[in-house]
Amino acid sequence: MTVTGMVSAASAGRGTVPPRIDHTRMWLIAGACVCAAAALVWTLAEGFVEPHAALAFGVLIAVGEIARITLPGHREVAPIASAGAIGYAVLSDVGGTVVHHPAQQVGAVVALGLAVGELPHLAVGRGPRWSDLCRRFLAPVAVAAVFRPFADVLSPTPGDWGPVLAVMAGLVIAAWTVDAALAAAIRAERLRTRFTVALRDEVRAQFGIGMAIGASGILIALASTVTGLVGLLVFTAPLLVTQVAFRRFADIRLTYLQTVRALSRVTEVGGYVETGHSRRVSRLASAVGCELGMRESELRELEYAALMHDIGQLSLRDPIASGATVLASPREQRRIAELGSAVIRETGVLDGVAELVRRQCEGCRGDGGDGPPPLGSRIIKVANAFDDLVGDSGDPDRTEAVLERLRMDAGEEYDPVVVEAASRVLTRPEARW
Amino acid sequence: MRSLPVAARLYVCLVALGALGVLAAGPFAGIDPATLLLLAVLFVVAESISTMVDNGGDGGRAGISPSSSASLAAVVLVGPVGAAVVGLCSVLVVFRRQNLVKRVFNGAQFALAGYAAGHAFLLFGGEMGVPDRGAFPWIVLPYVGAILVHNAVNGALIVGLMRALGVLDLQRPKRVRWRPMATLELSSLGYGMLGLLIAAIWGLVGPFAVLLVLLPLFIARWAFDQYMAEQRAHDATLATLAQAVETKDYYTRGHCMRVSKASAMIAQELGLNAERVHTIRYAGMLHDVGKLGVPTKVLQKSGRLTEEEFAAIQLHPMRGYEIVREIGFLDEALAGIMHHHERMDGRGYPMGLAGDEIPEFARIISVADAFDCMTSTRSYRKARSIEEAVAELRRCAGPQFDPRMVDALISAVDRDGWQAPDAVEPPDDDVAEVAKQDHDDPSVPLRVAGEAER
Repeated sequence: MTVTGMVSAASAGRGTVPPRIDHTRMWLIAGACVCAAAALVWTLAEGFVEPHAALAFGVLIAVGEIARITLPGHREVAPIASAGAIGYAVLSDVGGTVVHHPAQQVGAVVALGLAVGELPHLAVGRGPRWSDLCRRFLAPVAVAAVFRPFADVLSPTPGDWGPVLAVMAGLVIAAWTVDAALAAAIRAERLRTRFTVALRDEVRAQFGIGMAIGASGILIALASTVTGLVGLLVFTAPLLVTQVAFRRFADIRLTYLQTVRALSRVTEVGGYVETGHSRRVSRLASAVGCELGMRESELRELEYAALMHDIGQLSLRDPIASGATVLASPREQRRIAELGSAVIRETGVLDGVAELVRRQCEGCRGDGGDGPPPLGSRIIKVANAFDDLVGDSGDPDRTEAVLERLRMDAGEEYDPVVVEAASRVLTRPEARW
Repeated sequence: MRSLPVAARLYVCLVALGALGVLAAGPFAGIDPATLLLLAVLFVVAESISTMVDNGGDGGRAGISPSSSASLAAVVLVGPVGAAVVGLCSVLVVFRRQNLVKRVFNGAQFALAGYAAGHAFLLFGGEMGVPDRGAFPWIVLPYVGAILVHNAVNGALIVGLMRALGVLDLQRPKRVRWRPMATLELSSLGYGMLGLLIAAIWGLVGPFAVLLVLLPLFIARWAFDQYMAEQRAHDATLATLAQAVETKDYYTRGHCMRVSKASAMIAQELGLNAERVHTIRYAGMLHDVGKLGVPTKVLQKSGRLTEEEFAAIQLHPMRGYEIVREIGFLDEALAGIMHHHERMDGRGYPMGLAGDEIPEFARIISVADAFDCMTSTRSYRKARSIEEAVAELRRCAGPQFDPRMVDALISAVDRDGWQAPDAVEPPDDDVAEVAKQDHDDPSVPLRVAGEAER
């Protein structure tokens, strides 16, 4: 669990509030279901045209769906399935024979392929992220809806490929843009962050893989005209390489997070802080960061810093009483922050995190000549104080009392904006699904 | 460039002359000049981008080389001589900050490989030019032949250069590692096939074929570089945090890194695959993380330990396991961390496993752990020499250590040497904390009240 799900996790423990429904997500899923059902019914009634091509592409989509991967930030993608679906949407010719399947059939084939590919995942209890699955269905269907009516006109002929290729590329790029915007809307709703922030994160995260998917989709469609359906699998090879690379990247990202999480627990095992303290602080800090519209990369630094904010205690001779740094003297607090920051800086790759940890105990206007501490440090200060004072208790009254105490110190010690954001995070309803 | 040996310079000249000779011999008949020009431009661009993307990354080592698929497409489209021309054009690579000799060699190397591959392609029955629909799928056979020849010529030319430079050690390695070689060959075959894809749709969309095929590859290359960078960051972070845990005891600083190194040496000596060696590095680094759960006063106690105190020490592998068990990839390493104080005779802790019940990683780490402990200074004794430590390990092999691991460590240390830590001067202030005995030390066992030494 990175940033995602943190919001609900943070509010889960604190009191009971009615569940909340994400409307964009609900409408997207409902729309996709209606589309898929309509396409299936229409196609079954009319019968499949060119069943061989339909079968081949359906299998490719199913295989791609089986091999789906999860990118950092809980973004589920199935590059091969998506490329296959786009390829089928803009297909005009298989080995010299022109194909005539309508957009409805594209919808049916994509829906069936995705459903079949999802079965093994469901069987082992690894259900999809439904909104991502729906987007995977809708994007190629949208391309098909625009392209299929003109497919006969747009058949590529040797020597005259310019306009056709331009139309294909334009369509794919347009579909990708709409798709990214949809993803951003859902993300913004789920994490309660601003749409513009979510859109930028989404574009950054999906740009590379999106380009690879689009290029491969067009490649598959074009190649089928020369090599027929045999070449279909071969032509997904470049994309397969891309997928492997992205998968490895996602894996190591996850491992990194697990490592930091696990090693931040050494302070707990050593009796320096209460059990679960760093985990709770990082959850609350991430949720507050989201609320305040931090970017994904900043949130990652914030999460690491929050997890490791007490690592400096390792250098202390004796643990502070029950580890609550909020009760220690300011001098002691500062020393812990400095020591922790020095340890983190030692890695040579986490300078931003080290800076957040170093300045975590400064007042909200900062002390010394460096100006106010970075937003991340101010958030960690509030989250840490909150957790030290509340502990593991989930009592809403106590939460409210502690928030009140933080508010009294806001302006001097704590940043009022952060305290208010924390209060909103801690009292809002949790997502239902 | 000045420092190049004469032999190397001669060799590069020879290769370059060969390439030029091939070009001079021709024939240029039947080559479409427009296609040739476009291919050459695309090849130069691909090569430039891949060298640009390659700054410090290891994407190249992962075998992703988009430009060679462009060169192989040339083999099909413009034949042997055309491929040679395209290959030679890599001399013109613009963005590369490379010296001239290197560029000339690269260009000539690509030219010769392309030329040979082109002839192989024709020899096996391929036809020069844009393949038509009838050519599929049988065109694959001559094409695979062409890739193999391409790789062989490339490899031979590079080996020649290495020898001329005197870099290559001519002694045969003890074990030829087939698996990585086969993997590399297979992957280059896979990437080579992309050249055929480019050739196949060249007739439809011309140079855009290259873009469509290579775009995913460049993105993959970029993602791989991201992955490598993240991996390095992860390793650095893990090492730093593992060391931070050790700062509690002055004398054991650097212990985890050295245990990690020694464990990896044993694992390599035993012929474990690269991934497991990598994992055991982590395991070695983290093996004593759980010591943090043992109260400092117990770790530093000088006299006999009470039963409870000894129990607290015995708990540290479990504590370590509890801390790191959430790190998903560690799997096998977890068992290694948890059982690194088991003994072959079953008298170890925490579970008293014996013989082969003890996981392999644990048996490795336990030997590495003891070896490093003996060769470093402790507050109660000076560091021992490597010979003494080896003798002690041999003495304990059987009842305490797995003799196989002991032998592996000894032969690895014999061959590669061992950098024992610098002798630590006892700290003069009382800030630093000093342990009076060490649970890792097989030669000075812990003293527990009411029991014989253990």
